[in-house]
Amino acid sequence: MKLTGAQILIKSLKDENVDTIFGYPGGAVIDIYDELDKEDIKHILVRHEQGAVHAADGYSRASNKVGVCLVTSGPGATNTVTGIASAYMDSIPIVVITGQVPSNLIGNDAFQEVDIVGITRPCTKHNYLIKHAEDLAKTIKEAFYIASSGRPGPVLIDIPKDVSNAVVNYKAPEKVKMRSYNPTYSPNMKQLKRVVTLIKNAKKPVIFAGGGVILSGASKELTELAIKTQTPVTGSLMGLGGFPGTDPLWLGMLGMHGTYRANMSIGECDLLIATGVRFDDRVTGKIDSFAPQAKIVHIDIDPTSIYKNVSVAVPVVGDCKITLAALNNLLEEKDFKDVKSKRQKWLDKIQEWQETSPLAYTQKDIIKPQFVIEKLYELTKGNAIITTEVGQNQMWAAQYYHFNKPNHFITSGGLGCMGFGLPAAIGAQTACPDQTVVDIAGDGSIQMNIQELATAMQFCLPVKVVILNNGYLGMVRQWQELFYEKRYACTNMEHAPDFVKLAEAYGAMGLRATKPEEVEEVLLKGLSSKTTVVMDFVVEREESVYPMVPAGAPITEMLLV
Amino acid sequence: MKEDKHVLSILVDNQPGVLSRISGLFSGRGYNIESLCVAETTDPLVSRVTIVTKAELPIIEQIEKQLNKLINVIKVNDFTDKKYVAREMALIKVQAKQEDRADILRIVDIFRCKVIDVSQEHYTLEVTGNEEKMSAILNLLKPIGIKEIARTGVIALFREPK
Repeated sequence: MKLTGAQILIKSLKDENVDTIFGYPGGAVIDIYDELDKEDIKHILVRHEQGAVHAADGYSRASNKVGVCLVTSGPGATNTVTGIASAYMDSIPIVVITGQVPSNLIGNDAFQEVDIVGITRPCTKHNYLIKHAEDLAKTIKEAFYIASSGRPGPVLIDIPKDVSNAVVNYKAPEKVKMRSYNPTYSPNMKQLKRVVTLIKNAKKPVIFAGGGVILSGASKELTELAIKTQTPVTGSLMGLGGFPGTDPLWLGMLGMHGTYRANMSIGECDLLIATGVRFDDRVTGKIDSFAPQAKIVHIDIDPTSIYKNVSVAVPVVGDCKITLAALNNLLEEKDFKDVKSKRQKWLDKIQEWQETSPLAYTQKDIIKPQFVIEKLYELTKGNAIITTEVGQNQMWAAQYYHFNKPNHFITSGGLGCMGFGLPAAIGAQTACPDQTVVDIAGDGSIQMNIQELATAMQFCLPVKVVILNNGYLGMVRQWQELFYEKRYACTNMEHAPDFVKLAEAYGAMGLRATKPEEVEEVLLKGLSSKTTVVMDFVVEREESVYPMVPAGAPITEMLLV
Repeated sequence: MKEDKHVLSILVDNQPGVLSRISGLFSGRGYNIESLCVAETTDPLVSRVTIVTKAELPIIEQIEKQLNKLINVIKVNDFTDKKYVAREMALIKVQAKQEDRADILRIVDIFRCKVIDVSQEHYTLEVTGNEEKMSAILNLLKPIGIKEIARTGVIALFREPK
């Protein structure tokens, strides 16, 4: 069968069950767009290519499918880099297709030429420059396989213009077989038996769950393990929702802005079962004082995660879901008959910490950002898909929205990328049209990709944006307050647009609350609307996120409210 | 912890950009490369990269795991503490004045190397050997006057059981 490169590309995408692409056209991808337009693949036209990648990321996290974006060469390609780096840090499976100048011009400093394969080599799981249209079908199949298998991640495919319009013989690709890439899914049983012994002997165990639990869909297995062994569970930012946030065994988030009881329990536990985590510095604090009394079991699909930051007693390379299921099978009911009474002392201790220092704030005359999130949680009954920007808004969302289900908290964890939340919400809303999707934002970060309001309007995506507007780059301001003697260097955002008018200019609904008693009303009105809504909450300007572990301090040494 | 020298032998897909992935991994993560050699193997689809690096043991383990994580890397072997043979090669252009010529040729003889180019003023020598031999001959030739030198990195293979 004779097909053009562009036709092969679209056919291959359909063979991978792609039904949605986020993208932005340009000269080098005109041929691809010409074919795309003839097919029943939905194309979401973003307003900036960074938005396309974040949207594909949000789409993937909400749906567990591979997110796809399509952009042109040169600036189109370079604009994707931040989004790709964010997806890479958070192990999100996306495929980014970039146009490239014609092959004979590559290396010529041609118009809109960049070496995007070179640029993205360190921030993709893998990338390709396609030189012959005959390689397209096989490469695309391989790219989807690599993106979604093992530890997932972004894959970029760069397609020169002459490759998209070359006419070649199409041959359906065979099953992907790569001698150099074979992820390990099943754990070593010998290691797991050692874990069983450790669990049986532990007096003060804690489970630490990360993004791997969400990515592998291991929530059920994790919950079973925790309940069977009566082990309290904490999570990284990426792990929120992996374990029900309202379960009595849930400790709250761990780390720099973790709860007092979660951080203290790490200081005192004698067994730490870490699963699907990579021991990021924001979680461990001072590494030498992290879980000093604990034997650490580290379960992860990526061998490079293990021993990278902490030494562990039992390393287990494997998929979280498969590994936790196998572990649950090895744990016999009879060994845990009286586990409740055995654990009581440890759980009491945790309860004591909880009572000493729960998450807290006082709502007076000015709206507290935490209050907005608590109200949002209440009104959405904890069922909304929450995306966030980065900074204080992200931490308050993590602390006060108690995620009960996986795939409901979508945030740029590793890269900490401001401007992530709105496009990610657009992606999530595209994947889940019937769900409430809320972007929790700050007044600083929302302005980094606010142009995507137009995208939401064009495609009738009723995302809700909650701006916690304090007129500061709040997280940096907080550091300046605490560690730089209140020298607020360049964090005062003195001039901001009127977000209500701005929303209206885009055709969206704009609402504002300036007093605590207006919060619920604004949220109710916004959430019940069928259109895109921007809700501007004018909050306490100098509110800080607590607890806080100063950078480099042990996580048990927290600044409390 | 002690930083040790490790010889890593890496089989990779013989494709453009693979070397850049490897060198980028080293530079991006702050590992160091003391020497590096690449060439095709008998399988034209596979190349062998030999890297000498120096790091503490946990870092070496991390380097090996990170290399294995690269999609184009087929196999990583660390030769250190195993039985292997290793050689490097140098071309040394040495000043050969009339009065030094006999000395140079004696050194060539002792080190079992070859003179591969001769001119009025210079000899170019081809030397192969391990690192010690290389530095020994360079030390001897230095006082005579080395004009230019081109060196390969280490290449290595496992010894077969006898």
